[in-house]
Amino acid sequence: MIKPRKRMRYDGVVVAAPASTPYERYSTETAHWWIAKALRQSIKSAGLAPRDIDGFSVASFSLFPDTAVGLTQHLGLVPRWLDHIPQGGASGPSALRRAARAVQCGDASVVACVAGDTNHVDSFRRMLSSFSRFAQDASYPYGAGGPNACFALLTDYYMREFGVGREDFGRICVSQRDNALRNENAVMKKPLTMEAYLAGREISDPITLFDCVMPVAGAEAFLVMREEDAVASGIPHAHISATIERHNAFAEDPIQMRGGWEMDIDELYGMAGHGPGSVDLLQTYDDYPVIVMMQLEDLGFCAKGEAARFIADKDLTVSGDFPHNTSGGQLSAGQAGAAGGFIGLVEAIRQVTGTAGATQVADAKRALVSGFGVINYDRGVCTSAAILEGVS
Amino acid sequence: MVTPLQKPPKKNPQVRTRVPTLPSHYRSRSALFMAATAAEGRFMLQVCAEPDCGFVQYPARDACSSCLSDRLVWQDVSSRGKLIATSTVRTSTNTYFRERTPWRLGTVHLEIGPSVMCHLHSEVAVGDEVQLINRLDKSGQSVLLALPLEKAPLQEDDMQLRELTCDPKFRRILITDARNPNAYALAKNLLEAGVSAVFVGEAESWRPYPDRAKLESLQGVELVSLDVTDTSSVQELAGEFGGKVDILINNARFVRPGGIQGRGDVSFAMDEMQVNYFGMMRLAQAFAPAMAGRSADGVNSAVAWVNVLSVYSLVSNPGFGSFSASNAAAHSLSQCLRAEMVSSGVRVVNVYCGPTEDEWHQPLPPPKVPASTLARELVKALQAGLEDVYVGDIAKDIRRKFMESPKVLEKEMTSLEAL
Repeated sequence: MIKPRKRMRYDGVVVAAPASTPYERYSTETAHWWIAKALRQSIKSAGLAPRDIDGFSVASFSLFPDTAVGLTQHLGLVPRWLDHIPQGGASGPSALRRAARAVQCGDASVVACVAGDTNHVDSFRRMLSSFSRFAQDASYPYGAGGPNACFALLTDYYMREFGVGREDFGRICVSQRDNALRNENAVMKKPLTMEAYLAGREISDPITLFDCVMPVAGAEAFLVMREEDAVASGIPHAHISATIERHNAFAEDPIQMRGGWEMDIDELYGMAGHGPGSVDLLQTYDDYPVIVMMQLEDLGFCAKGEAARFIADKDLTVSGDFPHNTSGGQLSAGQAGAAGGFIGLVEAIRQVTGTAGATQVADAKRALVSGFGVINYDRGVCTSAAILEGVS
Repeated sequence: MVTPLQKPPKKNPQVRTRVPTLPSHYRSRSALFMAATAAEGRFMLQVCAEPDCGFVQYPARDACSSCLSDRLVWQDVSSRGKLIATSTVRTSTNTYFRERTPWRLGTVHLEIGPSVMCHLHSEVAVGDEVQLINRLDKSGQSVLLALPLEKAPLQEDDMQLRELTCDPKFRRILITDARNPNAYALAKNLLEAGVSAVFVGEAESWRPYPDRAKLESLQGVELVSLDVTDTSSVQELAGEFGGKVDILINNARFVRPGGIQGRGDVSFAMDEMQVNYFGMMRLAQAFAPAMAGRSADGVNSAVAWVNVLSVYSLVSNPGFGSFSASNAAAHSLSQCLRAEMVSSGVRVVNVYCGPTEDEWHQPLPPPKVPASTLARELVKALQAGLEDVYVGDIAKDIRRKFMESPKVLEKEMTSLEAL
């Protein structure tokens, strides 16, 4: 048995230059186009040129037949460090922690991390039928509900196990819509009331329309670089206090009620030097509200099964006492494929660098970002998280 | 509660016929083993054969998810478990399910370990102990469905179950050869299974045969003119009845003892090929397109094409060597028909029968298959939704040996003692 060793901190490395494209419901453009758009915006905001990028990390589902390799030639990049992150909703923190080590060890000076996907009229259906081998063999043939049906089963179990009602999920969705109205890139532009949430069209019981994300086209990007370079160029930046990542945790659980975070939170907070109570805002992965509740529990904000009670007396909006998914999250901004794994992280960088504009949380210093990805069969396999701290 | 199936009203030609669509047929090659076992209605999963492991896998894997061994063996395992979560799909990206919503699915925690996603019978509810069955869906691929432990009243009428079976209830059947000694038993068993009508093909109706009066006496049976060796006869009947055949049972058979050297010429061999091989081809060319077009047409949709084959289609029985060869040809053609029908969802069912209790098999010792057994097993297989059926002790024996080693079986069948 090999014991894990205490990890190094991410000293001398910062994250900067958050960039988000506006999201579009359907696009005739390609993933390459969307990725270029976010990448250009990020590089430009840092006052850099494409030739300054010597590390490149990509997350995308719709690049086929290309990968990160094809993108280098397509976009004219000459990186000496290249990564492709197939972790879907967990790809943000996972990309960050890889890039941070590359920069820290000198394998690259500036790593551009980008995630993006297009959404053609029929591309979501096509992706579902061949998403993964297990999905193709053992979940898609059963009603072809896609992730809606898989999460409906988890939600059904969670609701009965912990006595949670639809209003409890509704609180998350309604508050995020409130936040999205401040985010001009979000696809949802109209307020959502609890009445409207509860009256949402049935999708896959107990999941209804407003529990589901809207597949869209879009991209998100950020840079990981040496602190000295960021300081010298005067680029707003944040420190990486801690990160974790875990895959296929608790495979023995008959149905998913917890994610890999639960295995790693002691290490997360140990490395950061503080607990969940010390963060100013939380960005969870919100493909469905039940997963938000799971993260609140597994990241230590409350005990297992207590998330509904935890949020009942909290205000989750930008101006509230527990700011959560401040750009509206995927539930209200839209899910731009793999960029859904970046949206919370990119928004968190804006928040702790004081550049979030209309969604800015007052005095936001520390943000916790959590990722959850890839319903390979019956549950999400990848989990990740990161804590960012702004430089005052 | 199961909603009892209603006898379909006469077809309204002004109403759209639901077009055939399929659930997703994509599967990994490992998962095809599930389809192979579903064809016989078995529930098997991969079990790790490492002595210190024994981990049960699902979905199908290429290496053990507990010890990484590649020694995964498909085994009959308990299909019992607890239904721990359910959902009802109201909207789907797939056209097949879109036309069949609401569609129920669930998560069953099997007592042998894995959790599986599966279709649900309407009689099971969350928290229930259930049993899973492994069946082929309309795409011809394996799916699992949770049934109650105790058979429910009208269990077979459940919509999601009926999508997986070829239940003859309220369907119209064409039996191709009235002269086959099994025709009466088939018609009788099908009528007892609740079919709407049985058409029985009769060639050369001026020529008497023993069972004619018995067949005519059955309420619901209609004799129709059909000679499978005559292309125009087959096409004529298809023109008139093609749109009304929901299950076609190809029981036409020409059988004589003998192989190669015992026969002086090829005339019997040609008759065997005319009926057993070309007969199937003529029938398929005339009837299959109409059946394929009606495979999603409600309660009495076209659902199955049944070939009554000899089990010696798999390996030659030299005593009936030429007949075996014609059946081997027919068997190969049935596989081609399967491939051609898969896009419609109409199932090609092969019934592999041992030597039958009739005059041409008289010299053979028992056990032989009486017509009543063949008919009963065939109807049961349709109700259960099977694709491959082995009828009689000899057929089951041959199946087992064929699965073990076709070559060893050939050695056994062609040894000096065999003739």
